[in-house]
Amino acid sequence: MSPLLFVEQSLNGLQFGVMLFMMAAGMTLMLGIMNLVNLAYGSLYMLGAYFAVTIQWWSGSFLLAAAGSLLATAAVGVLMEMSTFRHLYVRSYLDQVLCTIGLNMFLNELVRVIWGSRPLNMKLPSALAGTVALLPGLSYPILRLAIIAVGVVIAAALYALIAHTKVGIHIRAGASNRPMAAVMGINIKALFTFIFALGAALAGLAGIMAGPLLSVGINMGDSILVLTLVVIVIGGIGSVRGALIAAILVGFIDTWARMLLPSALGDTGIYLLMAGVLYLKPRGLFPETT
Amino acid sequence: MLTRVAGCALALALMIQPASAQTPVKIGFVSTFSGPQGQLGEEIHSGFRVALEQFDGRLGGVPVEILVGDDQTKPDIARQLVDKMIEQDKVDILTGMLNSSVLLAIARPAFDAGKIVISSIAGPSVLAGQQCNPNFFVASPQNDESSEAMGQYLQSKGVKSVVLISSNYPAGRDKMSGFKRFFKGAVVNELYPPFTQLDYAAEIAQVRAAKSDAVFEFLPGGVGINFLKQFNESGLKKDVKLFTDFGGLDETMIAAVGDAALGVSTASFWTASLKNPVNAKFVDGFEKKFNRLPSFYAAAGYDTALLLDTAIKAAGGNVADKSAFRKAIADAQFDAARGRFRFNTNHIPLSDFYLTTVTKDDKGRYVLALGEKIFSDHKDAYADHCKYPAN
Repeated sequence: MSPLLFVEQSLNGLQFGVMLFMMAAGMTLMLGIMNLVNLAYGSLYMLGAYFAVTIQWWSGSFLLAAAGSLLATAAVGVLMEMSTFRHLYVRSYLDQVLCTIGLNMFLNELVRVIWGSRPLNMKLPSALAGTVALLPGLSYPILRLAIIAVGVVIAAALYALIAHTKVGIHIRAGASNRPMAAVMGINIKALFTFIFALGAALAGLAGIMAGPLLSVGINMGDSILVLTLVVIVIGGIGSVRGALIAAILVGFIDTWARMLLPSALGDTGIYLLMAGVLYLKPRGLFPETT
Repeated sequence: MLTRVAGCALALALMIQPASAQTPVKIGFVSTFSGPQGQLGEEIHSGFRVALEQFDGRLGGVPVEILVGDDQTKPDIARQLVDKMIEQDKVDILTGMLNSSVLLAIARPAFDAGKIVISSIAGPSVLAGQQCNPNFFVASPQNDESSEAMGQYLQSKGVKSVVLISSNYPAGRDKMSGFKRFFKGAVVNELYPPFTQLDYAAEIAQVRAAKSDAVFEFLPGGVGINFLKQFNESGLKKDVKLFTDFGGLDETMIAAVGDAALGVSTASFWTASLKNPVNAKFVDGFEKKFNRLPSFYAAAGYDTALLLDTAIKAAGGNVADKSAFRKAIADAQFDAARGRFRFNTNHIPLSDFYLTTVTKDDKGRYVLALGEKIFSDHKDAYADHCKYPAN
């Protein structure tokens, strides 16, 4: 293998990992802190992409589309939390799974009714089109570099939020011991709504970034949800740091396995990784202690 | 006495009259209307409806009743659906099929019940060759043929080396072996990513490393859209020419890919810019109804209706006499959206194939522009193995 191919594939692995991290960060927060299995999370990712395509279509601006879509997805997240999920926190996992799968089907159909069943086109802003020469003989798509950059910024911002702010202390407290945190005077209800808005916005952001790279279609959320769950399980439920490391691991292993293993093995690489991690550390790499 | 005879005659006439004028031919339309490929079944059905409206709801002069069923791309669901259509609804004909796995699941019970099956798109090699059935017809080319045409084109243009990429499932493997049947240059690398894979950066990196003249891919629907976008962003397009099977480049896909699809070519038996009166009538009717250009899926649906119209007319509206009706379908020759339509000995049409390339027309729409003709009256590779029982 040439060194250039090695560098390119490593960047590909990193970029795929970053994309998964954006999805996994929000979902792991919900799962860890609110104890909520949210299988409708993929729908928020889908809505993020659809909102962005629609606003871009109206305004012609990618930046405006991204900003508008972030706000809109966060709003949908808050709406979902207040209307539905609030009643689910105390229910069993089975109830949560049934309700959120139903919500996922409902939203898929709603999108079909509003936007039609044919996939949509999201235009790439000219600033992100084309490639840039990283090394002699290696040019890399600007869009993929931009995704890596956004992912790094998000990871840093989440780290700052969770490790160095008061909200972050509350989030960590809620993840470690929810009843105790409530007793200590943390407004759990408001905290949950905030986390839901944050998680929805992160899913929406992943959808916006995926728009120019992937097909914007009705079932786009379902296909990425499985990988997101794998990342969360490997990283340890509730841990943003675990989600980051697991996402990058999954991105790398998936990219390299596809190149080095025979195609009959398909995407077994990441599932072997998951099985291995769970064998050695049944609660994931960085479990939140309770 | 006379009045009694006249009365009987009248009663008889009354009994016969409604039978031909009011009892409609029942057609079960089974295709994929939900899930990731849901828009494709809708396309076939839309094309079918356009023809039906142009014939005022009649096929071959006989009123028809269409029962639509969604197979959800699931063979078991399709099987239940078809069992119900046969047992309860008593359909005469089954048509509309998109997916080969679904078709194979419903073919056996339909044949056992003596039903005629006219697949609109799916043309699996099994049913074209040794296991062909006299009750089975396809209104489109057999699965391999479009990639055979692509292989022939690249061979004729002196392309030296290609990388092949296909989703890892039976139809994908068929397509790649069809391509290799006609392309004799070097196949530098063959990649079979999983059916649901989202990101193709790893495959694109391997194309870059292989330094081949061209890429030939078959990645249908959403995953194909992903690949086309990502290939364009990789900047490889100027060094490596991209060709796809027509299942990886239809009008619904190029509308979603936009500029990134410009210049990509495929080989197809039909395109909207094909010049003939029937196609003009079809494209016009479709555009008026849906306000956009049809895809080859819709054209296959339209031609399915035309085939039924011709055959029912030839059978004098009587579909109950199975062997006569079967012969009427097999012998059907008519002008279709794709041009002259006629079957080969294994009930799969003889097809012309053209090079088509994504361009922008003067109205700013993305279209598959008609290029040179690659094959005339092309036969599939399995026809010689198909022997019907003599009767």
